[in-house]
Amino acid sequence: MRYFRPATLAEALAIRGGEDVAVIAGGTDVYPAHAARRAWGDPVHKDVLDMSGVAELRGIEDRGDHIRIGALATWTELIRAELPPLFDGMKDAARQIGGAQVQNRGTVVGNACTASPAGDGIPNLLALDAAFEIAGPAPARVPASAFFTGYRATACGPRDIVTGVLVPKRGGRGRFVKLGARKYLVISVAMVAAAVETDAAGRVVAARIAVGACSAVARRLPALEADLAGAAVADAARVVAPRHLSDLAPIDDVRASAAYRTAAARALVADCLAGFAHPPAAEEAA
Amino acid sequence: MTVEAFTLLVNGESRAVQAAPFASLADTLRERLRLTGTKIGCDAGDCGACTVLLDDEQVCACLVPTAQAEGRAITTIEGSSGLVERLREAFLAHGAAQCGVCTPGMIMAAAAALTRDPAAGRAAVEDALGGVLCRCTGYVKIVEAVLDVARGANAFASAAAEAGEAVGARIARVDGRPKVDGTDLFGADHQPSDALWLRLVRSPHPSARFTVGDLAPVLARHPGLVRVLTAADIPGANSFGVFPTTKDQPVLADGVVRMRGDPVAALVGAREAVEAFPDGDLPVAYEVLPALSGAAAALAGGAPAIHAEIPGNVLTRGYLERGSVAEGHALAAATASGAFETAFVEHAYIEPEAGHAKRVGDRMEVTACTQAPVMDQEEVARVLGLPMAAVRIVPTACGGGFGGKLDVSVQPVLAVAAWLTGRPVRVVYSRTESMVSSTKRHPASIRARMSADAEGRFTAYEMEADFNTGAYASWGPTVANRVPVHATGPYRVPHVRNATRAVHTNDSNAGAFRGFGVPQAAIAGEALIDDLAEALGMDRWTIRRANALRRGDATPSGQVLHASAGLPECLDAVRGDFFGRAAEAEAFNARSSRTKRGVGLACMWYGCGNTSLSNPSRMRIALSARGELTFFNGAVDIGQGSTTVLLQIAADALGLPARLFCSVVGDTDLTYDAGKTSASRQTFVSGNAARLAGEDLRRRVLALANAGPEARLILDGARLRIEDGPAGRTVDLAALTPDGTGAVLAGEGRYDPPTTALDANGQGIPYATYGFAAQVAEVDVDTVLGTVKVRRVVAAHDVGRAVNPTLAEGQIHGGIAQGLGLALMEEFVPGRTENLHDYLIPTVGDVPEIVVKLIEDREPEGPFGAKGVGEPALVATAPAILGAIRHATGVRVTRVPVLPHRLHEALRLRAAAG
Repeated sequence: MRYFRPATLAEALAIRGGEDVAVIAGGTDVYPAHAARRAWGDPVHKDVLDMSGVAELRGIEDRGDHIRIGALATWTELIRAELPPLFDGMKDAARQIGGAQVQNRGTVVGNACTASPAGDGIPNLLALDAAFEIAGPAPARVPASAFFTGYRATACGPRDIVTGVLVPKRGGRGRFVKLGARKYLVISVAMVAAAVETDAAGRVVAARIAVGACSAVARRLPALEADLAGAAVADAARVVAPRHLSDLAPIDDVRASAAYRTAAARALVADCLAGFAHPPAAEEAA
Repeated sequence: MTVEAFTLLVNGESRAVQAAPFASLADTLRERLRLTGTKIGCDAGDCGACTVLLDDEQVCACLVPTAQAEGRAITTIEGSSGLVERLREAFLAHGAAQCGVCTPGMIMAAAAALTRDPAAGRAAVEDALGGVLCRCTGYVKIVEAVLDVARGANAFASAAAEAGEAVGARIARVDGRPKVDGTDLFGADHQPSDALWLRLVRSPHPSARFTVGDLAPVLARHPGLVRVLTAADIPGANSFGVFPTTKDQPVLADGVVRMRGDPVAALVGAREAVEAFPDGDLPVAYEVLPALSGAAAALAGGAPAIHAEIPGNVLTRGYLERGSVAEGHALAAATASGAFETAFVEHAYIEPEAGHAKRVGDRMEVTACTQAPVMDQEEVARVLGLPMAAVRIVPTACGGGFGGKLDVSVQPVLAVAAWLTGRPVRVVYSRTESMVSSTKRHPASIRARMSADAEGRFTAYEMEADFNTGAYASWGPTVANRVPVHATGPYRVPHVRNATRAVHTNDSNAGAFRGFGVPQAAIAGEALIDDLAEALGMDRWTIRRANALRRGDATPSGQVLHASAGLPECLDAVRGDFFGRAAEAEAFNARSSRTKRGVGLACMWYGCGNTSLSNPSRMRIALSARGELTFFNGAVDIGQGSTTVLLQIAADALGLPARLFCSVVGDTDLTYDAGKTSASRQTFVSGNAARLAGEDLRRRVLALANAGPEARLILDGARLRIEDGPAGRTVDLAALTPDGTGAVLAGEGRYDPPTTALDANGQGIPYATYGFAAQVAEVDVDTVLGTVKVRRVVAAHDVGRAVNPTLAEGQIHGGIAQGLGLALMEEFVPGRTENLHDYLIPTVGDVPEIVVKLIEDREPEGPFGAKGVGEPALVATAPAILGAIRHATGVRVTRVPVLPHRLHEALRLRAAAG
């Protein structure tokens, strides 16, 4: 196999355009997948395009009306970045991904590009109305709602490279709750990300809520979001009804049953919303 | 993969290296730079054993392309700094390293945390260590050690025991320094430079027939391959197994696959060639057959026989009967019954099986991780068709075992390859290969019924249990025999009938795992006791205390316990915790609707040593003419600490300080057979042999001076002084004539625990002594999500005498963590959970506060009163947690693990039933 490690995006795009390569940043998805195949006698790996040398893809930047998370920005960089409360949920997700080792290496964009149904970053990016910056033959800015196209499938084409993700700076606060069978190093059984903006009277102005690990692709809950508009944030958890989650299609696997995921998702959505009733400081004290 | 030149900055030193850019940094450090302190446990970022620092941040070196490490500061365990040195000392003093295979990763992770925040608190430390798995310690002493450093401690004094004071002292483990330095050599760390590599090609099918076609074209296509071995190449018997009558597992399958992962061929050659070989390139034609999954399917009428000689698939039956259960049930004021199911449980030691073999003339030397060197020696000799004396087993440091490294794994096939090629041959199992091919805890289907009279006295217990022993016998017979003796629990029950079957299936192979079936049986028995308490309106502590076995009682096998039966004391020690916490839980529940708190109690007992079998141990201590004092100890230390504990015993028996000794451990050419490291037998059985060896040498020394038994010994170089009151004599060791081994004075000890055979009704003396324990668990249940958080475990264990309290606590902490896993999260499903992200073991954030209470009801038969604690540590935990869940929610759990979706469903059904 060949291993490409370009120093510029232009070089990377040239390689991506001409070769069938696996794109690697932090390696936290690529290596485990390779180990799993090798264990059953499939040692062949595609040529690799290592993006880590492309300096222009690093960092998390405030660009006025949005925050740009570069394709090489790690979870740890996100945790340590000064960001508005809208990112609190995303940061919570970052703290719950793998262990510190994976947070130090894994990237926000890589997690999205792997597009695992259980990717902890994905519901957050949906709730934040993020957009993916795609470079390639036809550069594009693709909203998260259109980026995730199916089970481990995205709008990033075989000649494309995701260079960053853009999060519009809006008001409100983000929250994230994750359910797994142990404390660290755990793949989510179900998870919920929400961004909620309230007015001075404590009424919901805007709510964006997404559920992960309960369908092939994490899903927003538009019916619930609509029902929450104008509701008192203190009552938000009580608004949640089964019909709001009817688009989810969870599966049975070794981690949980489908029926459980459905019930747990509803409880987690309510838990996630309940947290908006309290200011973050009070929550920490509790 | 093409190799390129890189310059890596490792521990401040610039190192030029040739490596493939995609090769993981872990591999490059280990195999190219020979820095083997960085361990590989999973190669997938799931275990953190390979944690190193990259520019001061912790990363899994198995996930970092070598190309990305260039130009960055890499810090490994081999590096040194004031902080790392303090962490090493703290780990040693706290007993935070057991097997030591996770220790380098733990120390690196801790160093990253304390570099960022030198005064990090518990939460920050746990977050930092959350990505490193430990299977031995339960994390308790690791967190204590790191917090000690964070609190600014920089002196960590371990107890330094003087002559006669070693037993009972918290001395640091004597093999600990290399573990914290990262210099201890595990199976994969021995790297003979001219070695070939071996990789097994394994069947993905659980049941199949297969043929292997012409291999010559394969060898021609893959020039780096030296040999492709198949069943036909085995020089001796192509089979192994624990008992002489159960040699049923092939080294390389001979046309028949009985479980997923059965090896069909072994590739031997250059490392690159065996690793790059696609299994699809091997001409193997499988005829896939229907597989029998689960004991019920294998027992069903018409089920095909997995082994032709066992038509009904029942490998063994175990049986115990005492009194008349019909009579016992007739006395009942209450009777409880239930059916219980447990899952396959993976040992998940962090070190996958690994080692190497080399032919030395007409002898074979196998260097590998193991729990049973002499059994390995027998198996390898048989497979090669050589006498035992022609085989040498050199145990490496063993990165955890828990029963899973009792069976041979890599040893026979390595030996065959080295024998046939004449070259050293290495193998390192991948994590998946380890999980697929190694043994598991037996899944059990248990039906049990128990009665008590109106005063709460137990009158009858009967149990029928089927254990899914998988494709091969392994330790299935031991499970089937040990369970009937123990299943009733540590209680007086006059009428007992316990029957077990070990059943072959095409599922994963089940074998020995900490407790040999007793933990599964305890889940059933302790649940029935809670049922009886409820039915009789008694509390759960009082009913256990009233029936607890104590000195003078007869067990269900008719054995009278003449001494050291400290269960009443264990129960008394946890009484306050049980009642106090239960009352607090009830008060908590009165004000909490969603989270419900509960407290559970369970007891256990466990016989030390093999069941009614001779299982001797023999030890030797020698003094050389230069005054070197060497303890030849054949007992393999798998992390539990036998190298230290046995030395403490030997030192006090001899009367010299432990620090004067060197230990030679486990090498079959240099030590006597101490038996397997299993059955909680090393402290008790080998401990007695060590005591006898020490006493024997002491007798010989005293005889030189005609000194009395109270004489004091002082060893100073080659001068051995014997002080007997005012009299004294100095022996010049250099003037004595050495024997053939170089010893001028030596003592030996052999011990075989006194047991008798069990009759057809399981009556007899199966064990010389038993460990006892009572554990209290406190849990919070989220009744909406069905999740369980264990808050606290209080564990009172009668260990006879704690030879090293730090190590005894470490065993109990680790056992509790494994018991928690058994209860709440661990379920091995062949084909689905063959890695450490789908198969979950507890992380540092899952282990509760643990309070250990050591009860020392001395065992007169034990060395200085000691008994074993390795397996007793685990047995009571799962039933105590299940009891706590029931107390919290009313749900009586009958299937483990209690995964959230299972508990959620049980809560839903309970709510629906009103």
